[in-house]
Amino acid sequence: MLTPARLRQLWVCLALGVLAAVVTGPGGDSAHPFRALRRSVVDPRIGIFIGLAVGLWVLLIAVARLRPLLAEVTAAARARRPVAAALGGPHATTGLNAVLLAAAIVAPLLVSTAAQQSMVNDIGIYALLALGLNVVVGYAGLLDLGYIAFFAIGAYVTAYFSSSSAMPWHAPFVINPFFVFPIALLIAALAGVILGAPTLRLRGDYLAIVTLGFGEIIQLLANNSDEVTNGSRGVFGVPHLSVDLPGIHYRWGIDPLPYYYLLLGIVVVVMIAFGRLERSRIGRAWAAIREDEIAAEATGVPTLRMKLLAFAIGASVSGFAGVLLATKQFFNPQSFSLQSSFLVVAIVIFGGMGSRLGAVTGAVVLQGLAFYLRDKVPPTDRYIYFGAVIVVMMIFRPQGLVPSRRRRREIELAGTTAGASDQLGAAPIGRTIT
Amino acid sequence: MGFADQFWQLTVDGLMVGSLYAVIALGYTLVYGVLQLINFAHSEVFMLGAFGGLFAARGLLPGGATPSGPASVGLVAAGLAVGAACGAAAAFILERVAYRPLRRRSAPRLAYLISAIGASLFAVNLAGKEFGRQNVPVPDLFTNGTLFHVFGAQVSTQTVVVLGAAVVMLVLLDRLVARTRLGQGIRAVAQDADTAVLMGVNVERVIILTFVIGGLLAGAGGFLYAMTFNASYNMGFVPGVKAFTAAVLGGIGNVRGAMLGGILLGLVESYGGYVFQASYKDVIAFLVLVGILMVRPSGLLGVRLGRAA
Amino acid sequence: MPPRGRASRKGHRMSAVAAAGPADAGVPGGTPSDLVLEARDLTLRFGGVTSLDGVSLRQRRGEILAVIGPNGAGKTSLFNCFTGAYRPQQGSVTFWRTSRRPARIVGRSPHAITHLGIARTFQNIRLFPALSALENVQIGTEVRQRYGSLSAVLGLPGARRQERAGVSRAFELLDLVGLSRRAHDLASSLSHGEQRRLEIARALGTGPRLLLLDEPAAGTNPAEKRALEALIRRIAGGGVSVLLIEHDMRLVMSVATTVVVLNFGRVIAHGTPAQVQRDPAVVEAYLGVETGVDAGGEVR
Repeated sequence: MLTPARLRQLWVCLALGVLAAVVTGPGGDSAHPFRALRRSVVDPRIGIFIGLAVGLWVLLIAVARLRPLLAEVTAAARARRPVAAALGGPHATTGLNAVLLAAAIVAPLLVSTAAQQSMVNDIGIYALLALGLNVVVGYAGLLDLGYIAFFAIGAYVTAYFSSSSAMPWHAPFVINPFFVFPIALLIAALAGVILGAPTLRLRGDYLAIVTLGFGEIIQLLANNSDEVTNGSRGVFGVPHLSVDLPGIHYRWGIDPLPYYYLLLGIVVVVMIAFGRLERSRIGRAWAAIREDEIAAEATGVPTLRMKLLAFAIGASVSGFAGVLLATKQFFNPQSFSLQSSFLVVAIVIFGGMGSRLGAVTGAVVLQGLAFYLRDKVPPTDRYIYFGAVIVVMMIFRPQGLVPSRRRRREIELAGTTAGASDQLGAAPIGRTIT
Repeated sequence: MGFADQFWQLTVDGLMVGSLYAVIALGYTLVYGVLQLINFAHSEVFMLGAFGGLFAARGLLPGGATPSGPASVGLVAAGLAVGAACGAAAAFILERVAYRPLRRRSAPRLAYLISAIGASLFAVNLAGKEFGRQNVPVPDLFTNGTLFHVFGAQVSTQTVVVLGAAVVMLVLLDRLVARTRLGQGIRAVAQDADTAVLMGVNVERVIILTFVIGGLLAGAGGFLYAMTFNASYNMGFVPGVKAFTAAVLGGIGNVRGAMLGGILLGLVESYGGYVFQASYKDVIAFLVLVGILMVRPSGLLGVRLGRAA
Repeated sequence: MPPRGRASRKGHRMSAVAAAGPADAGVPGGTPSDLVLEARDLTLRFGGVTSLDGVSLRQRRGEILAVIGPNGAGKTSLFNCFTGAYRPQQGSVTFWRTSRRPARIVGRSPHAITHLGIARTFQNIRLFPALSALENVQIGTEVRQRYGSLSAVLGLPGARRQERAGVSRAFELLDLVGLSRRAHDLASSLSHGEQRRLEIARALGTGPRLLLLDEPAAGTNPAEKRALEALIRRIAGGGVSVLLIEHDMRLVMSVATTVVVLNFGRVIAHGTPAQVQRDPAVVEAYLGVETGVDAGGEVR
């Protein structure tokens, strides 16, 4: 019954329980480094976590015991496949999408204004960012850790063009923020190409570090150039979005709802657009690059150009989102911290690389969680949870919450047989050692 | 005062910082050698080692006057030892939690990097929560002052301690890789993991020990770094990236290359920080990194751990 | 891969010399050439090891040319020079997409060479394992398509038409290699022989004038070998020249029109299968490595 393996499992569960107690316990300071630790562990509260840990262990054993039974059930379910096929058909997908869209339309009406604000600033904008990064990470298999820099470029470009007072440095003429969208999109895409053209030749993990450096440099520049960007004081007073067409006058203001619906519309359009892209020859070329770059090149796929395209598309979405940020609210270099880049990466991983619905789901769940935790944990501590989520996902569910079909297959193949390897190269060490 | 007047002082400072970069860079290079992946969370190993050493030194420090003589030596040694131990423990846990489960599944390379980023986020912010988010100085373990002059440059006790400890570690590591059975195992795995298995090398063990050795160095290096620049929860990131740059500069996977790269980067940064603005020091390191990757991605020495071409 | 940078200048100089050579080198505007591929004096070194040592060969349009030789003779290196994966330190490679349009190969990237009209398969099959057989071939056919990301996003009629054309062409090719029933199965779920044929279909999808097959019979059973032989003949009959590396001598002798024998990076014999078989130099090269000749299923 209590085999060494089981005992080891218990030990791991208990360690996790203690860790969870520490993570959720009180904070400390450097003068008394172990006080917080002691308070988290030597406290009646620990009983709950030990209980949870033991519960988890029992559950794991139960699952292991029930596995044969479960296998039978799933086998029986497979036998009834026609039913499942009917449920999973194209009509069902359309139906599901309609339900999700309806939920997205109704949801903000049911929550507080604070929550509505969060749905715009944290969920909406980050969903858009995640959709863009998904093209880079999910489709092309490139890890961009400086993604937020393009967001910053979009925001500062908006301040430059649409206001003469927001920043010391501004355009000689002021234009409606709506016209800044294409400009910001192009400038961000251009920045992506300038950064990508020399670096995309590099191996994937080098690319990650170089983009990380780029993100840091952009933030540092924004922070240090007071006479251009207002430095760390940030940018105030970029006008809200407005439409001034003959017959139509509308101004987005303080109220978050109009911004929410605008964002929802943009997110839906971007999802449809990227869906088409994914199913086109371009999406297939990306898949080919991800799976075997040398074979892709030999099959005539211009790999460098396709990667650059993914990079530019991702950057332009980020720049686009930057316009929304700038017109929506005050921002400063802190809005473009490295951690924000990591947050977008976390959203894409959590939702499922290569999955558009996953990117949006990731933003909703992770940022929703952050909103839920806002009074309970200091904002900086949220990143403890995000970090844990990333590691746990990579260990237990690398395909993400709402996986894309292609990515799931690739991961399954990598786990079982020879073959599928990421653009970032095959598994670091051969399969001979396990 | 012009650059020429400051040259030797900048050189001494650059050498000191550079030797620390070299110590950390070895962790990147060793792990890269055996696994061909960048251990993104290495900077957090460094940070945890710094805190470990700092708390140990503070705990052992008797109240009152700044210690001197054997007491100082003992305290510095204790700080280094505990820092190294904490670094090793952190690296060991990191390998167990963030890397090994993925290796079992032979996950793609991207997955390791992402998992390491997650572990890094977790560790940084947990440390911030437990130890506070302000700078923490290491208490004075010895009376710092100018010990002697080299070409007019002041060399402080601190510099001598840091540089001395770093050089001892570098030499020990070099001997370890070149001379011992473990070093032989590391080189064998770096050259060809599959063949190493067939030759009876316990690759799992080599991987764990590689992480632990990298952790020992980073932990002790963290303590030395904190003696000069204070400790804080996010102290790891910048030196981490710089040490990585140093590793790439020397040729990642190459032990002596990492040492050379660290020292060179320390010097370049020291001179550059004087010529330009000190606040752009970090940019210089990044530009060096990007520059090398463009021009000579295999680094200055280029030879991988145990690999001839 | 050998360093691309350092050797490049030398490569260019050599190709310039070659261009000034005899008239049949197919200078633009000159007499039409009946060649499809010509390699001159190719030399490829890895550090101190010389993999190819002044290799020259010619292939006429429509010909099935087989390159044989013991293991390590430089056959795959030669392929890699033709497809841009390696850059030789010396020598030139000229390819005629049509008889009047020669193009220099050395220095071009692999995808550009595929665009010119040289397609290849790999010795150790390299498909896109998580994509379906159809998608694998589609990626090949889409190389010749022109529509960009914007028309894909907008779903413009041109893009849709090309997309449909690509699918139907891919189905034709799957049919040609006998895989149309497995179009929607994952490439990784196919048998070894089927994967080899799928790789050929994918290569043909790119619309090549010259197809390089790297040990297509390795690991296949006798029935599959016969089918492969027929397939190679059909491909050549369709106007695509075939350059073949193969260890299976039965296949080579029956299908090839010309045979080139490599040993230690040099061409040691060249002629019809019958001539080559009698050549004393070939016999000598294969003595002691005789198993390499017989073992049809051998890889590498």
